[in-house]
Amino acid sequence: MRLWRKLHSIIAEMGQDTILDDVTSSEYKYGFETKVDTDIIPPGLNEDVIRTISKKKKEPEWMTQWRLDAYAVFLTLEEPDWANVNYPKLDLQTISYYAAPKKVQINSLDEVDPELLVTFEKLGISLDEQKRLTGVAMDIVVDSVSVATTFKKTLNEKGILFCSMSEAIEKHPELVRKYLGTVVPTSDNYYATLNSAVFTDGSFCYIPPGVRCPMELSTYFRINSSGTGQFERTLLVADKGSYVSYLEGCTAPSRDENQLHAAVVELIAMDDAEIKYSTVQNWYPGNAEGVGGVFNFVTKRGICHDRAKISWTQVETGSAVTWKYPSCILKGDDSVGEFYSVAVTNNHQQADTGTKMIHLGKRSKSIIISKGISAGQSHNSYRGLVSISPRADHARNFSQCDSLLMGDRCGAHTFPYIEVKNPTAKMEHEATTSKIGEDQIFYCQQRGLDMETAIALIVNGYCKDVLNQLPMEFAVEAQKLLAISLEGSVG
Amino acid sequence: MLQIKNLHASIGDRDILKGINLDVKPGEVHAIMGPNGSGKSTLANVIAGREDYTITKGSIHMEGKDIMEMDPELRALQGLFLSFQYPIEIPGVTVSNFVKTALNELRKGRGESAMDASVMLKKMKASLALLEMDKGFLSRPLNEGFSGGEKKRNEIFQMAMLEPRLAILDETDSGLDIDALRIVANGVNALRGSNRSFVVITHYQRLLDHIVPDHVHVLYDGKIVKSGDKSLAMELEAKGYDWIKKAQS
Repeated sequence: MRLWRKLHSIIAEMGQDTILDDVTSSEYKYGFETKVDTDIIPPGLNEDVIRTISKKKKEPEWMTQWRLDAYAVFLTLEEPDWANVNYPKLDLQTISYYAAPKKVQINSLDEVDPELLVTFEKLGISLDEQKRLTGVAMDIVVDSVSVATTFKKTLNEKGILFCSMSEAIEKHPELVRKYLGTVVPTSDNYYATLNSAVFTDGSFCYIPPGVRCPMELSTYFRINSSGTGQFERTLLVADKGSYVSYLEGCTAPSRDENQLHAAVVELIAMDDAEIKYSTVQNWYPGNAEGVGGVFNFVTKRGICHDRAKISWTQVETGSAVTWKYPSCILKGDDSVGEFYSVAVTNNHQQADTGTKMIHLGKRSKSIIISKGISAGQSHNSYRGLVSISPRADHARNFSQCDSLLMGDRCGAHTFPYIEVKNPTAKMEHEATTSKIGEDQIFYCQQRGLDMETAIALIVNGYCKDVLNQLPMEFAVEAQKLLAISLEGSVG
Repeated sequence: MLQIKNLHASIGDRDILKGINLDVKPGEVHAIMGPNGSGKSTLANVIAGREDYTITKGSIHMEGKDIMEMDPELRALQGLFLSFQYPIEIPGVTVSNFVKTALNELRKGRGESAMDASVMLKKMKASLALLEMDKGFLSRPLNEGFSGGEKKRNEIFQMAMLEPRLAILDETDSGLDIDALRIVANGVNALRGSNRSFVVITHYQRLLDHIVPDHVHVLYDGKIVKSGDKSLAMELEAKGYDWIKKAQS
């Protein structure tokens, strides 16, 4: 992945009385918009719009009905307000629910809109290069439509299905119908239900029994058009005894408006299967004054059957507002759920993120490592639930929630919920709050590190337990991204 | 090597240094002694460029260059090293990663390429041996869970790695038992040379039994009130600081 290669550093202004003083923003590096011919429907949300989306996507009747059922539920729901975030309520009638780059029937890279290929170049992703050098199979979703899936052939030989959700609905309806909405039901929550009604594309992946996926699978999401939302849906099924590692990355143009991203990700790990799901989220965070930025309201959940394992790793640096709780339902005996998270907020960003570990199976285990970093005037909350059901004998959880503060105008909050209904459970919870100290920075400077290098070193050290979980090449990029996100956060 | 003239510094509205003069020549070891609160650590921090202090008067030159306006990392690049009285913890950053980063940043600043990994490792091993430290030390997070003695040894280990021109040792002997004191002092002595100078800040004469200074200064109430050779340290040890205080009041 070369998502963040072409970045130059910005030299922070120095010389204030105290080091940790004023906050200046570093520029968002992915704020360009690509001029491609786009098929976009007028703003608004109603049954007709949903039928239009379904029709444009040439979906079967059952899918249309599934959407309409979700929409009926949606009308009964209200936008949740329990998260520790403040933002102007979005008027869903002002959003366009379908925007697609035209010419999307892609059989080979030659057929991809050249403008889009230029976009990928700007992002540092050359599909060709991806194919040749990195061995990462990649699906790319721009606005709402999946534009390219590389490496299909290699995967086909293993019987692995990796394609856009649209293609899956068309070519593998039996699998989609069997699993879609089984982990995140259409009635789950406001944003997930909205997603169920209007989702336009996303990625689908199926790993057959006993197959170890030979490469990292990757989806790259980008919002391009103005006035649109992005509602992608990811469904990943790892059949018995299989293994897959999956990566997703996201960026968006810089705009004054707030754009809505309401995705749903469902993971299913059958008996003895293992899924590693890594996210580097870098949606446009808004400018230094807090204008614009993506609202990232995402529902991610996985279910683990007997002896299965799901591991979520996320590095969250973007978005104006983040509302996201990748969770595991540990249904099977001896199943394992893991959540490793780094969430960085700077300037006026707000993040309310964490996980839910629902222990149903006997001897199920979960680990939660959360590292929050707040800078500027941002607010960063960890919200987590560990629930041990009466039948989950000898379940175990270890949670560690650390917060790091930079400067004195930001906030860190921790909301850990623990519900134990079985006396044999073992629970451990550790939490720390620390401040990146002027002492630490001075120490590093005395040894010859400039301030930016010092902060990057300290922050990466602090996040080490999480970054270690990322696939190697991704980890290097994530380290750079962390440094960039915090550039200018001291000065 | 280091020239300080009429240096005045304050923190908030409190004057701490009230006219320091110091001239350290290449290869010399200067000891600065004095009672608590006399301004010893302030002097060390002001030379290294800590921002908490305001310099109200005077000048600091290193090898003829005015370093007062330089950021701390640029002073480090000039060859200045401060062994901290209270070395700070940096969780998740190993000793080897930290030292490697520092060494390569300094090399970068001098226009040199990063040090070859195997050369670096050899150098680390040699420096560890100098301080009778175990190799396992390298993979521990910087100063986290270190004993007082380990922290101070780690400072001198870094000094051996970074090879400064001028090292300021700020109460490097505090918190050390007799064995650790000997090891740290041996490490410092091994690094002494005609082109490297030391400013050793200490309360006690015992460190100076091991690191024999060329000059001894007594700092009291922000001023150097007495200078002499190593016999001055002996005298202080025997008589305490009270006679100095009385002479000043």
